[in-house]
Amino acid sequence: MSESVISKLHTMLSSKQLSCQELTETYLSAAGRDNAALNAYVTLTPEAALASAAAVDKKIAAGESIGLLEGIPMTLKDNISTENIRTTCCSKILEDYVPIYDATVWKILKAQNAVLLGKTNMDEFAMGSSCETSYFGGAKNPHNINHVAGGSSGGVASAVGGRIAAYGLGSDTGGSIRQPAAFCGIVGLKPTYGAVSRYGLIAYASSFDQIGPITATVEDAAIVYDAISAYDAMDSTSQGRKGAPVCDSLKKDIRGMKIGIADEYLDGVREDVRKAVEQAAEVYRSLGAEIVRFRLPALQYALPVYYILACAEASSNLGRYDGIRYGYKADNYTDVNDMIKKTRSSGFGDEVKKRILLGTYVLSSGYYDAYYKKAQNLRGTIVKAFRKAFESCDVILAPTVPMTAFENGKAASDPIETYLTDICTVPVNICGLPAVSVPCGFGNDGLPIGMQLIGGSFCESTILNAAWQYEQAADQYRPAGFGVTL
Amino acid sequence: MKYELVAGFETHVELATNTKIFCSCTTQFGGEPNTHCCPICIGLPGTLPKLNKRVVEFAIRAGLATNCEIAEISKMDRKNYCYPDLPKAYQISQYDKPLCEHGYIELSNGRKIRILRIHIEEDAGKLVHSRGSTMVDYNRGGVPLIEIVSEPDIRSAEEAREYVEKLQPIMRYIGVSDCKMQEGSMRCDVNISVRPAGSEKLGTRTEIKNMNSITFITKAMEYEFGRQVDLIESGEQVVQETLRYDDATNTTSSMRGKEDANDYRYFRDPDLVTISVPRSKVEEIAASLPELPAQKLARYTEELGLPEKDAQLLIKYRKVAEYFERAMEGTKNPKTAANFIIGQIFRTVENEAEKEAFDIRVSAESLNELIRLIDSGKIRMNIAKSTLDKMLETGQKPSELLSDSDMAGLSAEALKELCQQAVAANPKAAADYRSGKEKAIKALVGFVMKNSRGQADAALAEQTLSAMIMEN
Repeated sequence: MSESVISKLHTMLSSKQLSCQELTETYLSAAGRDNAALNAYVTLTPEAALASAAAVDKKIAAGESIGLLEGIPMTLKDNISTENIRTTCCSKILEDYVPIYDATVWKILKAQNAVLLGKTNMDEFAMGSSCETSYFGGAKNPHNINHVAGGSSGGVASAVGGRIAAYGLGSDTGGSIRQPAAFCGIVGLKPTYGAVSRYGLIAYASSFDQIGPITATVEDAAIVYDAISAYDAMDSTSQGRKGAPVCDSLKKDIRGMKIGIADEYLDGVREDVRKAVEQAAEVYRSLGAEIVRFRLPALQYALPVYYILACAEASSNLGRYDGIRYGYKADNYTDVNDMIKKTRSSGFGDEVKKRILLGTYVLSSGYYDAYYKKAQNLRGTIVKAFRKAFESCDVILAPTVPMTAFENGKAASDPIETYLTDICTVPVNICGLPAVSVPCGFGNDGLPIGMQLIGGSFCESTILNAAWQYEQAADQYRPAGFGVTL
Repeated sequence: MKYELVAGFETHVELATNTKIFCSCTTQFGGEPNTHCCPICIGLPGTLPKLNKRVVEFAIRAGLATNCEIAEISKMDRKNYCYPDLPKAYQISQYDKPLCEHGYIELSNGRKIRILRIHIEEDAGKLVHSRGSTMVDYNRGGVPLIEIVSEPDIRSAEEAREYVEKLQPIMRYIGVSDCKMQEGSMRCDVNISVRPAGSEKLGTRTEIKNMNSITFITKAMEYEFGRQVDLIESGEQVVQETLRYDDATNTTSSMRGKEDANDYRYFRDPDLVTISVPRSKVEEIAASLPELPAQKLARYTEELGLPEKDAQLLIKYRKVAEYFERAMEGTKNPKTAANFIIGQIFRTVENEAEKEAFDIRVSAESLNELIRLIDSGKIRMNIAKSTLDKMLETGQKPSELLSDSDMAGLSAEALKELCQQAVAANPKAAADYRSGKEKAIKALVGFVMKNSRGQADAALAEQTLSAMIMEN
């Protein structure tokens, strides 16, 4: 059994077992202590956190009831804009950038008196799978700090896995919520494209990016998802949640649910990971679900399609960092072009530069048809293949990552191999589908394994229902070495 | 050898929406630098554009008024280039699915200048150079534009002038833009090439950027035509390049060479959804369009019988045309109103801007009243003219300026009496006239006119005088 951290803290606060100030101080001091090992936070915001806590305590003292997320200490990935709090994307080029407006998701949570402990580490501009492309160094895995927390939302996963935040929001462009959640043994939900507003999320690849929760349990993910999945007029691609809150149907029976497994998702997956996923299928069978096997050959195109299109969009999205209006500006330049050149050359890290170059290349005249256009067409092919798959099943079960968390430094030494590890996560971003990563045991190396449940468009309630049922039926284990023990 | 000029226009027209194309900042011209800005139009990280529906409507109006087809499905694309006045390093524009296509503007010589496309896009900010440094003002950034792209159908600087002079009033009539070239709300890029007369093949073209005056456009085109012909005649080749026109020297010079040619890496903007334009919407917009300048011109010349030159002057500004139509309503001859406006009222409006605003002291209703007095024979034209001058000066109505006796006209008796007085007072003139000096009668008519304070009808007076002298 796993218990929702948010619900537990909420009960403690509203029953006055402890004040919000005490709770916040506890988290802040644990974060201050453990961040040295985990490097999860790049900015801590104790004053703002305590001010929010005071507001909550005042309400409780006045006998007012508080909302589920009210007073709960949490964190945001450092690509989600926060007014008056620096938002760096973990890049030198934005090291001192302080936004003058709030991202919509933060606006929503702030209005509910969420307690922001600080901003968390990530791969630079969300480009990476290890968090190690961060200008501030990578976040570490709370299960074993010799391994990475994953990426790109490594800081959020490290903080939530290491219990120095009750929950957090990350962003997922090609797996950046699910992969670190899997590496850190926690839950990560990548919502349907359009379910959560992107306004204020510093763009990596606009047609893929989606904000979502990284939490200790499935129920926590459902609570946070319900809170942030609102239509936003500021984001033209926003649609909001469709249907009732997912919490309403979270604990439904799943007898008769059809769970699909595509062989292609298991090809080349490490043996212990494959086994863990097969065992999860057994758990589902025992819960009365039906396992359906099918083939999804279109998956072979997923990685090139993702890297071509995401880099193309990134090359355009990152053009604005020129040193003129905000952020880092190089010294010693001869004219404006020289200034821009020097600023970008020294302001961006290697991974970001690599992707800008790749993206610029695939959009260039003479190459556009061979790369960008072809990838766009194949994107359509993959979308159709998934639509067809959902004719025969309700959710698709797959590994989140073909292995467990990399050792520190491994990703940098083997970049192509690292790109390949995105194979299981990128397809849903290509199609805009929702997927949740749930822990499903441990590898031979003792590190957590994650599996993902993929649903049709706006079927968050189905995948979270399936995830919750599995979570209840399976053994759970979370390391105790870090953070707040309640 | 004879050469032919071939030109096409890319005309940027700033739309007169209240707010910018992707945010709710004001589009007002001027303002302290960087005060008409928000996180969206300065492209702060994380911000997203949201398309202003009025911009789409305005572009459709422009398309319909220039005989374009309106796309059912359209989209926005990113045009990527790096320049400090472009805060996102891409301009949101339309590449391969513009809102409007395949229109035309017809010139007075009957030639149709085809319009390839009209698309919507955002304007960039402005660089301000002062005291050795350069600053950027983003007030204009995100102001909506349409770009009207013509086919290379223009064959002379005169046709170019007419094309622009036709476009301007159309855009003003339909209310999408004030088209003030001096304020930059209308700017033209001119693509120009030459070829031997009679040849079908297009020559290498150059592009003169950012022309903001019709005079400069024609001058620049004439210069550039001559320059290209000279190059070809001396065996050299025209280089495809972007030029700027210097009005002080009346020459063109290169802005950037080919090595800097931009690859804009267009792709669909993933932040904006597909624009779908229901046919019912297009019909609704079409039904709301006013009578356009070309239609008015036809009506004024064919139905009202105005000379084309006068009709042109009246239709150029919508407010003038509306004023004319109100002033002539219910009067006998539309030419009377037209003559008053062109002959007298235009003298009181100093420049094009004032003509456009046409905020004058005499209301159309007052002018109408004045014309009706002429029609009913109560006053003579000369009285009307002097009365209109007074009206323009004081803003008073004809009824406030003219007394009953002014409007009583001159009776046959009174005229006869005045004529007798005239003959009596000028016996020499009368004698000269009798002896065959026809011109001598003018002095007598002048006497009658003067002493009737203009109320007499000069022709009638002359007739009466002539009969009187010859009888005696």
